[in-house]
Amino acid sequence: MATMTSTPPVAFSEKETAVPIRVEDVHKYYELGDTRVHALRGISVEIAHGEFVAVMGASGSGKSTFMNILGCLDGPSSGKYLLEGTDVSLLNKRELAAIRNRKIGFVFQGFNLLSRTTALENAELPAIYARISEQERISRAKEALAMVGLADRAEHFPSQLSGGQQQRVAIARALVNRPAILLADEPTGNLDSRTSVEVMEIFQKLNEERGLTIVLVTHEHDIAQFAKRSIVFRDGKIRKDEAIVNRQLASEVLRTLPALED
Amino acid sequence: MELMATIRIALRAIARNKLRSCLTSLGIIIGVGAVIAMVALGQGAQHQVQQQIAAMGSNVLFVGSGTMNRGGVRLGWGNTKTLVYDDVAAIRRECPAVSMVAAGTGTSAQIVFGNDNWYTRITGTEPEYLDIRAWPLDEGTNFTQDDVQTAANVAVIGDTVRKNLFPAADPVGQTVRINSLPFRVIGVLSVKGSSVAMGNDQDDVILMPYTTVQKKMNGTQWLAYAMVSAQSKEASFAAQGQIEGVLRDRHRIRQPQDDDFFVRNMADVADLYDQQTTVMTLLLASIASVSLIVGGIGIMNIMLVSVTERTREIGIRMAIGATEDDVQRQFLTEAVVLSVMGGAIGIVSGLALSFLIPRVLGWPVSISTTAILIAVLFSIAVGVFFGYYPARKAARLNPIEALRYE
Ligand SMILES: Nc1ncnc2c1ncn2[C@@H]1O[C@H](COP(=O)(O)OP(=O)(O)O)[C@@H](O)[C@H]1O
Ligand SMILES: [Mg+2]
Repeated sequence: MATMTSTPPVAFSEKETAVPIRVEDVHKYYELGDTRVHALRGISVEIAHGEFVAVMGASGSGKSTFMNILGCLDGPSSGKYLLEGTDVSLLNKRELAAIRNRKIGFVFQGFNLLSRTTALENAELPAIYARISEQERISRAKEALAMVGLADRAEHFPSQLSGGQQQRVAIARALVNRPAILLADEPTGNLDSRTSVEVMEIFQKLNEERGLTIVLVTHEHDIAQFAKRSIVFRDGKIRKDEAIVNRQLASEVLRTLPALED
Repeated sequence: MELMATIRIALRAIARNKLRSCLTSLGIIIGVGAVIAMVALGQGAQHQVQQQIAAMGSNVLFVGSGTMNRGGVRLGWGNTKTLVYDDVAAIRRECPAVSMVAAGTGTSAQIVFGNDNWYTRITGTEPEYLDIRAWPLDEGTNFTQDDVQTAANVAVIGDTVRKNLFPAADPVGQTVRINSLPFRVIGVLSVKGSSVAMGNDQDDVILMPYTTVQKKMNGTQWLAYAMVSAQSKEASFAAQGQIEGVLRDRHRIRQPQDDDFFVRNMADVADLYDQQTTVMTLLLASIASVSLIVGGIGIMNIMLVSVTERTREIGIRMAIGATEDDVQRQFLTEAVVLSVMGGAIGIVSGLALSFLIPRVLGWPVSISTTAILIAVLFSIAVGVFFGYYPARKAARLNPIEALRYE
């Protein structure tokens, strides 16, 4: 069985100082029969270490396409994506898998947990593919669950958890291999407003305390206010890229909201 | 991903759909079970034949008149009128490797006793015949060389004849009629059973002096065969050579000519039947292994369904860092675990079947560890072979499309 730990696909250590995310004139087309959908039309953006970016825009404006490229789930049709200084287009599938596994944590709108698999095992999963020993895996998964406030739900199955709790398990899973970058595509899209703020509280904490670089897609203006910078997409182009002026603290907002039974 | 974790994931996926997994494994269970039971059956038959041949005496030789093969045409034996008693006497006299010889000639006739009658084989021979075939009497006595000299009307009957003509009475001393001639029954043979080498029911026979058969029934001077025993098993090949030399000499047969007789060595017969039963065993095993392949196709089918059903799961695993190899290994392991579990249950059921067959059907079996080993290896191979394509298909999925799959 080939192990990947012995040969890191990219020499990340030398690039500690490199910009985590640099996108240069990225285009993305989808061929649908005769028609060609131009989902991204020249995106250039740089995201620095420790940033917390909210990507906004109407449905169909290319946000998910952009996130999938950042997450190395998909490649650009043209243009360049440098992840910590490495041109991702030069990597093979195995190396891309290693980046998804260790460099990036991805959180989805639909949670995407494995059903009939406990919260702990779900959180543990990326560590399995990182060939981390079982003992270490479990302790890391427990730690990650504790970080999202679900230490007591480790043995629960997704079907026994609320939407907010499921999304927190997904966040714990994204954190278990201690990535430097967290990508979240509408993580609060399926959640009610209070639960959404709870998730944002976790993101803010990770950003502040761990220095995690976060890129988050949302179409809700209120949610974007928890980030530090907002980028607005329209028709595959960046329309606006600005700092958030009235930044909200989720922990404070939560105090003003009525508490719910969890 | 380490092997234990992979196997654990596979076991969990299999346990998730217990009924389906069982039905999927059924093909392998039946295949492995059938292979083991069929090979046990074939080898049982083989051992039985070997035992029968051994019981008949591995030092026995059969000298037949005529030839099995003349000018490329296969002929029945006993149809040339060249083997005579002087040949038998010469074998007795001139072949040092031979210990006993008995002339043999045969016919069939209706035997009548009172109101009962029975149609059976008549073997005309000499007293040594029973010693050569190691065939003791149950009752009465054997006929003697005197009886041969005088062509006496005496008969030694086989057990089947006794059962049919003398269901109650003691046959020894009774008189039966054969071709309207009276014969005195002087002995009853012990039960010999059936034998593949010597014809079906060896006990359905009447023995008498060969002279009686020649003079009073067939009206000929010819013999059909001679039964010979060599000094030992090892001497049987030497005996064969000596007999062939003596008979060629007496029958004036030169090199390019075909013999007008043949000598069959029991060691040859044993080889012949060994070959036949081996072919039978292989045939049974290959028919049984067809179901292994059918079982493999069943696994492939279910794995393909499973890959489609779990497209989303595959997408999730890939999104969080599973490589193509990881995904492929996961599904391949699942297929192999399914087939190996089927193989294990198949071994148990094959052994159970091998245990039941002799008890229920009365057929001999002999369990072969080689067959079990091959069945296990084969079931692993089936899992790998038929699991490969579905696993490949899973590994080739595009993560984004897989994630979007509903
Ligand atoms: N796999 C695909 N095939 C074809 N068109 C696609 C595909 N994915 C996205 N698109 C199109 O690309 C555009 C951008 O989509 P997306 O990035 O999902 O937008 P958003 O996430 O902002 O709603 C849309 O017009 C969408 O229909
Ligand atoms: Mg989207």
